[in-house]
Amino acid sequence: MRAHFRHMTVTSALGRGCDAMLRALREHRGALARNAFAGEHYDTWTGVVEKLDGVALPIGMERFDCRSNRLMELALLQDGFADAVLATREKHGAHRIGLYVGTSSAGILEVELGYRVRNDQVRALPDGLRYREAMNLFSPAAYIAERFRLSGPMAVVSSACSSSAKAFASALRAMRAGLCDAAIVGGVETLCLTTLHGFASLELLSRAPCRPCDAGRDGISLGEAAGFVLLTRDAGDAVVALAGYGESSDAHHLSTPHPEGAGAAMAMRAALQMAGMQAGDVDYVNLHGTATRTNDVAEDAAIRAVLGNAVPRSATKAWMGHTLGAAGLVEAVITALAIRHGFIPGTLNCSTVDPAIHGNVERAGRAAPVRAALTNSFGFGGSNCTLALQAVR
Amino acid sequence: MKVDVLGCAVRAPGFPDWPTARRVLTGGAQYDRDAVRARAASVALPANEQRRLPATARDALGVGAEALADARIDDARDIATVFASCGSDGEITHQICEALARTPPQMSPTRFHNSVHNAPGGYWSIAFRSHAPSTSLCAFEASFSSALLEAAAQVATEQRRVLLVVYDLPYPAPLSSLWNVTMPFCVGIVLAPHESAHRAIEIEMAGERHEASWPEGVPSELRTNPAAASLPLLALVASGRPGRVVLPHAGENAVLVSRA
Repeated sequence: MRAHFRHMTVTSALGRGCDAMLRALREHRGALARNAFAGEHYDTWTGVVEKLDGVALPIGMERFDCRSNRLMELALLQDGFADAVLATREKHGAHRIGLYVGTSSAGILEVELGYRVRNDQVRALPDGLRYREAMNLFSPAAYIAERFRLSGPMAVVSSACSSSAKAFASALRAMRAGLCDAAIVGGVETLCLTTLHGFASLELLSRAPCRPCDAGRDGISLGEAAGFVLLTRDAGDAVVALAGYGESSDAHHLSTPHPEGAGAAMAMRAALQMAGMQAGDVDYVNLHGTATRTNDVAEDAAIRAVLGNAVPRSATKAWMGHTLGAAGLVEAVITALAIRHGFIPGTLNCSTVDPAIHGNVERAGRAAPVRAALTNSFGFGGSNCTLALQAVR
Repeated sequence: MKVDVLGCAVRAPGFPDWPTARRVLTGGAQYDRDAVRARAASVALPANEQRRLPATARDALGVGAEALADARIDDARDIATVFASCGSDGEITHQICEALARTPPQMSPTRFHNSVHNAPGGYWSIAFRSHAPSTSLCAFEASFSSALLEAAAQVATEQRRVLLVVYDLPYPAPLSSLWNVTMPFCVGIVLAPHESAHRAIEIEMAGERHEASWPEGVPSELRTNPAAASLPLLALVASGRPGRVVLPHAGENAVLVSRA
């Protein structure tokens, strides 16, 4: 059973909705800017979503207020997604819609800011903090469930940078197991102190806009995004389907990928197998492509082992930054747009491909039919997930 | 979804291990809160990883290993894992937030990678040299039932054996003012494709709200820990008899588990 992309939307630094992202991809125009989030401590570039402070949650939902839920609300209102959810609930019933949201940090920023209010005299956290609604990892799914009164199978999937790719896997499984008739897959990530300082402490933050696959790349740029895909059994007017997924563990190190991409290769093979695809069927690979020195060469080795060097591939994180737990969702939508509109995205900021990378990195982007594509997501903990997408007809 | 339960493990106040829990849950012994065990089974990791292991991961790995032993599985390499927790590791969150509140803010790279919700899954794969898939979930009060649905769906659709581990430890102050779980709880269950009528359980969603089951004689204080929502299922498995229990889920729904 395939699951069809009936509706999709993404909001990131590139703008609101799929059209803003599609335009930026075609015009080769990114949205990273010198970081101004949370003060002067970070010499890096980030993809911040503007004007989130002005987003109000619907009446009655105020207790969920936090940066990540505001971004979710803003995303829901694009591309008619909220209306599509309501129509689907009407059709199948609130308890027959699955909800799987990927995030790595949810509302942790609220906790971080709460700790900043403490001092030597006052050791308690401020009053009025809402843990379940605005801080806990489950808060984005709690928000969506409450906003649409959903009561089907639901969970936040949280495995760092593979989170929302794995949310697709969990959603497809739930549909195949008969737990639900349709599923909302979400991804959300907003900037927070933990990720900015965390990646800085690992010396993985670039001081310039990130340059995936480039010989001179020096690390990632962080970004914010929220997005959703509504998966259904019947095709309707969908042009893209999720045909399979592959998941694996590196069993190597908590924060460094396996040097030959052994786990990544397993995930890609498993996705192809479930989708009933051969290596030769794949027209495009959307890379995890973080722009760290280790990720990009390990991923290149993994793809060489599974698909060879010729298949066109690109890394799209220089457009809006690495959106961590939301990246799998963002890149699934980019891959779906590539299938729908017949183009292969380029690799922004890659001027000279690293000679250690042997695969066919598409730098400029071009029109080309894309019938089948893979999108890779790899996370800390050695968590790998590949999604196989297909044109419906 | 019909799946087989191959093995169980538990560690919580009053449930120091699975044999004791089985006696308490079947009425063969009184619940005794003071029955505790200092540590879960220790799991072999490279020295660097062993030193860095957060408390939640130590518990989750130990109880997971005990569940595999109960299932008589020696080689964990092809066992997929599902880990779930409501609060992740409160101690790590606390240390990170304290350090970030300093001027200038500070961060330890080890704490950062230990802060990811899937740290136990990552350490598990290293300890058991397992390349099998690992999924990490959070669903607040429904963390156990959501993880059970996920694990059973993996068993049913991918025809593989899955280890499910659900854990939550009390938060340290001041985080405990946000989420006040007072008793730790960690449970491990090994599920497998259905083969044996004796081991089978049927898992389904009710489609409407139901009152959740709770085993007799177990203090309700434990109910604040989302992982302890597994107790009715553990009681059903321990009984070896037909029956049905209700597990809490989010929204207007519940998860029903029955034994024929």
